[in-house]
Amino acid sequence: MNRYESPLARVGIVLFTMLAASFFALPLLWLATAPFDARVNLTVHIPAELTLDNFRAVFQNSFAVRALLVNNLIIAGGAMLTVATVATLASYGLSRTRIPGRDILVYVLILFSSVVGGTAAMVPLFLLAYHLGLVDTHIGVILVMSGGLLPSAIFIMRDFVDTIPRSYEEAALVFGASPLHIFRDIAFPLVRPGVAVVAIWAFVNAWGAFLIPVVLLRSPHNMPASVALYSFYSEAGTPVHTLVAAYAFLYTIPVLVLYLIVNWRFGFRFFGGIKR
Amino acid sequence: MAQITLENVTKTFGAVTAVDRVSLTIAEGELVALLGPSGCGKTTTLRLIAGLEIPDSGRIFIGDREVTRLPPRERDVAMVFQDYALYPHMNLMDNIGYPLKVRGVPREELRQRVQEVARRLQIGDLLDRRPSQISGGQQQRASVARAVVHEAQAFLFDEPLSNLDAKLRLEARAFLKHLQHTEGVTAAYVTHDQAEAMALADRIVVMNHGKIMQIGTPLDVYRNPQNTFVAAFIGNPPMNLLPCHLDMAQGVLVVAANQAPLDLGLLRERIRVALKDGDSLTLGVRPENITLGAEPGPAAIPGKIYVTQPLGGETLVNVEVGDQLVSVRIFTEELPPLPEQVWLTLDLARTFLYGPDGERIV
Ligand SMILES: Nc1ncnc2c1ncn2[C@@H]1O[C@H](COP(=O)(O)OP(=O)(O)OP(=O)(O)O)[C@@H](O)[C@H]1O
Ligand SMILES: [Mg+2]
Repeated sequence: MNRYESPLARVGIVLFTMLAASFFALPLLWLATAPFDARVNLTVHIPAELTLDNFRAVFQNSFAVRALLVNNLIIAGGAMLTVATVATLASYGLSRTRIPGRDILVYVLILFSSVVGGTAAMVPLFLLAYHLGLVDTHIGVILVMSGGLLPSAIFIMRDFVDTIPRSYEEAALVFGASPLHIFRDIAFPLVRPGVAVVAIWAFVNAWGAFLIPVVLLRSPHNMPASVALYSFYSEAGTPVHTLVAAYAFLYTIPVLVLYLIVNWRFGFRFFGGIKR
Repeated sequence: MAQITLENVTKTFGAVTAVDRVSLTIAEGELVALLGPSGCGKTTTLRLIAGLEIPDSGRIFIGDREVTRLPPRERDVAMVFQDYALYPHMNLMDNIGYPLKVRGVPREELRQRVQEVARRLQIGDLLDRRPSQISGGQQQRASVARAVVHEAQAFLFDEPLSNLDAKLRLEARAFLKHLQHTEGVTAAYVTHDQAEAMALADRIVVMNHGKIMQIGTPLDVYRNPQNTFVAAFIGNPPMNLLPCHLDMAQGVLVVAANQAPLDLGLLRERIRVALKDGDSLTLGVRPENITLGAEPGPAAIPGKIYVTQPLGGETLVNVEVGDQLVSVRIFTEELPPLPEQVWLTLDLARTFLYGPDGERIV
């Protein structure tokens, strides 16, 4: 910081920072207080009357509970497994083989990922899923989600795989290891932090997904939580703040827990890279 | 242990010919050093033997088995890598025992064999440490231990000492030589350090641009360099190479640098190929085979003292001959006073003559 800055300027900077921070902090504060409040509006205040009634009411809604505890876990878990597995194997292959134009291929994939995962491709994706008989199945949602997430995941993973010296694998080869041995004993343990990053990233993305499930799923009992949130709206289409708050609170818990676990185990800050 | 044979092996990477028609036999129990400047194809030759590269043409044998196209794990060789390639997530026990683990050796037997080898290599009490928790010299031993445990037909070393500091390197060199003798291993040893090659090897293979320039015992390569490349590469300081041409009428060699005539004398009888007047040749003479004097002589060329470097037991004198610097090595502790203008007398019995193509003719 500049030593010659006037105190006035400094006060200004601090005020501005506080304002900007509160802009982002207020919704989070609301999420932390509102679910336990008997009377909720869109302002943040310390609850006058602490209660767990909101949660009780949420658990009455079996459609929403099923969405959160079953459908969301299936979709996010499935996308996580698919993305982590495929990205690990693919990045390993991409990093270790000499294919002409390999790097261009990877960049083109990245480019396409925004298309596949995005709104623009929704119609063709729906038609594809329809013809494959995957409409209104979790598999369909998982595959489309994974397809959208994979290129970036492969890109991230390849950075990890590239840092493993080839001589590790070559030593294992010379000492008699099969490719499977090498992957299991050497490559995988060394890229595990990368796998964790990619897995969590995929999970979080799929956990919060709205558009793809809404387009590909039909029956209410298949819908994920992002859609089920709308069951806490009144018939007039206005949200019931108490219930929405409580449900949203439950909805964020797994993401928070995952973040904490990974942070504790591997020490990474989200999108802040890996501590080595 | 088994012998290793390469027959006319060639390997190219795109436009680069990394290994060019190399033929070589490493006898059972022999340590052969592959020596040459950076990029000359030493590592590639080693990787071809290991099976980490497949040759474009030629054949490779280990023992009497052809292995040219076999994958590494079917070749039964052990390798020590330049960076040691110890696995950072395993302790030394698991690292050294890895070749046994993939072979499915039971855990208890694996522990015993690793402990036995580790004790022999004096790293027996480090087995529960990870590679990052031991010194460079210990890592090097661990990497050798892993190769020893493998009980292969042959050992391949890729500059195993280059990451060690000077003192450790000498220790490790003695240790490797001792190990090689006691175990009687067949080994190919890549290095670009000629002192290391001389000290360790039974025979040295000098390579340049993927080709073998000479194969011979360390002394042979030092005493009888077959071409100007080997002459200039081996020795410290290397052999003096003086371009010159033949003047048949006078029976002399004219040194190009200062046009000084040099009586062929003894050399004449040793020339075994037909030479023409004016052929451009190269005269090769080691620094220790030149004497300095104040008087001219038939086998002497004039020069001017450039600088003298006392090195303890010997003195290195650089003499300007025309525009070329010639090094002279004198084995006295104190140099007698020399005039600025000196005569360099070559020991013609130990002087080499190389033809226009750089191949030795005397
Ligand atoms: N995988 C590869 N792809 C392309 N070129 C290669 C490859 N490996 C080696 N080369 C080239 O082949 C030549 C020989 O390489 P090599 O590694 O065998 O040299 P070296 O004698 O071991 O050198 P150094 O002493 O520097 O290790 C070099 O020109 C190198 O650039
Ligand atoms: Mg090399």
